[in-house]
Amino acid sequence: MAKAAETATDVLPDADTARRLFRTMALIRRFEERTEEQYTRARIGGYCHLAIGEEASTVGAIDALTEGDCLYASYRDHGTALAVGSPPEAVMAELFGKETGVAHGRGGSMHLLDVPRRFFGGWGIVGAHLPIATGTALALVYRDQPHAVLCQFGDGAVETGSFHEALNLAAIWDLPIVFQIINNQYGMGTSVEQSSAEPELWRRAAAYRMHGERVDGNDVLAVREAAGRLLEQARSERRPALLETVTYRFRGHSVADAGKVYRSAEEIESWRRRDPITRFGLFCTDRGLLNAEEIEQIWADVAAEVKEAIDGALAAAFPNPDTLYEHVYGDPSWREQFARMRAGAPFGERGEERTWQT
Amino acid sequence: MADMTYREALRRALDDELARDPDVFLMGEEIGRFEGSYKVTAGLWEKYGPVRVRETPISEEGFIGAGIGAAMMGLRPVVEIMTINFILVAMDQVINHAAKIRYMFGGTVGVPLVIRTPGGAGAQLTAQHSQSLEGWFAGCPGLKVVAPAFPADAYGMLKTAIRDNDPVLFVENLVMYNVTGPVPDDPDHTVPFGSAAVVREGTDLTIVAHSYTVQRALRVADILSRDGIEAEVVDLRSLRPLDAETVAESVRKTNRALIAEEGWSTYGVGAELAARIHRLCFDDLDAPVERVGGAEVPMPYSKPLELAALPLESKIEAAARGLLADSGITA
Repeated sequence: MAKAAETATDVLPDADTARRLFRTMALIRRFEERTEEQYTRARIGGYCHLAIGEEASTVGAIDALTEGDCLYASYRDHGTALAVGSPPEAVMAELFGKETGVAHGRGGSMHLLDVPRRFFGGWGIVGAHLPIATGTALALVYRDQPHAVLCQFGDGAVETGSFHEALNLAAIWDLPIVFQIINNQYGMGTSVEQSSAEPELWRRAAAYRMHGERVDGNDVLAVREAAGRLLEQARSERRPALLETVTYRFRGHSVADAGKVYRSAEEIESWRRRDPITRFGLFCTDRGLLNAEEIEQIWADVAAEVKEAIDGALAAAFPNPDTLYEHVYGDPSWREQFARMRAGAPFGERGEERTWQT
Repeated sequence: MADMTYREALRRALDDELARDPDVFLMGEEIGRFEGSYKVTAGLWEKYGPVRVRETPISEEGFIGAGIGAAMMGLRPVVEIMTINFILVAMDQVINHAAKIRYMFGGTVGVPLVIRTPGGAGAQLTAQHSQSLEGWFAGCPGLKVVAPAFPADAYGMLKTAIRDNDPVLFVENLVMYNVTGPVPDDPDHTVPFGSAAVVREGTDLTIVAHSYTVQRALRVADILSRDGIEAEVVDLRSLRPLDAETVAESVRKTNRALIAEEGWSTYGVGAELAARIHRLCFDDLDAPVERVGGAEVPMPYSKPLELAALPLESKIEAAARGLLADSGITA
């Protein structure tokens, strides 16, 4: 039996907020479960990393963003896209490789994005998006915009050189960015204890004279409160921060990993008892924010929404192979610039008509 | 037209673009108070201040990444990497990120970033500071790679690079910074990418080169000319996009092709051009295409060894004479 949140019970949300948070987490859960199923039906290719169990860390922080803030995420980004409000059908369509996907089928599972909603991507190389997010924070300051960047990544990213370089630059340049470690305790199959000389990852902040903080990442309100406070500090004082939200992925690293070789059944079970959605549901019913019928209705609604997303994405068209070369370059003069590169180029690169099968 | 050094031409281009567009800013190690390791940015920090001429710590991966993130927001960062050798610690940002973002994100966001960096060798800087790696980058779709050989092109192409919406690697050369040449006064003088230049006309063979090797090739052409051999010299100017048509046009006229470069020829710029010339000029060639580049060793320190490793005029000349001999011409 899950316990209601302990750390943030003093931050009582209003009923609308509670409903929104619960609904978004439920949507992600159902979406990811159906995604796993779609993968086994071979409708999704490549890597596929599910965020089941990590919903509170994702949703709590993203809910604290305000208009104009920017968001970066790792490759475990399906929930990120849903949390910023990207249409589930466009997200599923991307996983299916369809033209109607958020990246028009060019990016797939790891490279979701939604530029109008200021979500600048899921990124595939561990740790490498931290400097890029830092540059976006620099651009906000350069243009004197009162916004902040939220940069989410996993515990594995903390061991990369880019983590150090990005945090150092953010600190010496006083950039408005919150680095959020979504610590699910394993980088693939390697535990934090095994990877990190300081397993309390938030303590790394001290090396940059930056505020560091660890919260229960399965408590959506605790995450939301901490992220909100640190983002506001970033916006108003232009101070970066490091926020560690401790959570757990119920599934393996990717759908290809059962996640059982390097973790005990007892450990997985102990975290299942701390399921962030069940826990928040109990909290909401305890406090009279949502009743059991409402919760049931939300689950039914999100299930229908995901079904609709799958149906819509299935019906959508794949990209036309004739568009293969679109978006490599974007300058208006690129075709003219490359016009004389076709001469003597390898077969297939000379602008030939495609006479071969794909 | 005013005569100025390659360095001054770059500085003027940066100055013009900083003045023209408030979204342009510079970032790099020692580019402010120190005026740049090779003094390209001298005076700009005083003129534009520390926000637009941003000094960075030794964090190439960090600040190339930051340049990408700022460019994704629509700014136009010009990042200086002290020498091309140091870009290797940031390869992931250049190849996995800058080059792929627009495509990977379905065309929804671009990266109008310029990375300026000098390659080249010749000052006993040894193995880790004497490389010409531009060919590696030129093989990567999503990037543009240019390497002008003269001050006028350095000026015009740097302006084109800054105004371009795609990531551009702008390759300079350590030895070339003090080379002087005329530069147009027009602040809107730009030189398009993907257009090679015939910088010397000739009839007997074509020497194709880029960056500082173009100047070596011109000196070789002068030497050959004393023996009645007229070499045509084609300056590629830009490696990606590549202008293979101008090269082919020249080779069709001279029937012989020598590709010279400062980097290693194996898997290099010369390898790519040789393949294209064979395809485009198969019936026009009087001899197999020849390639000449730096010796395929890590650059040694000792002066006689370094000279032996560089593709100096004497080596290019020997390659040219060998190519002519292959088709029965001796001089």
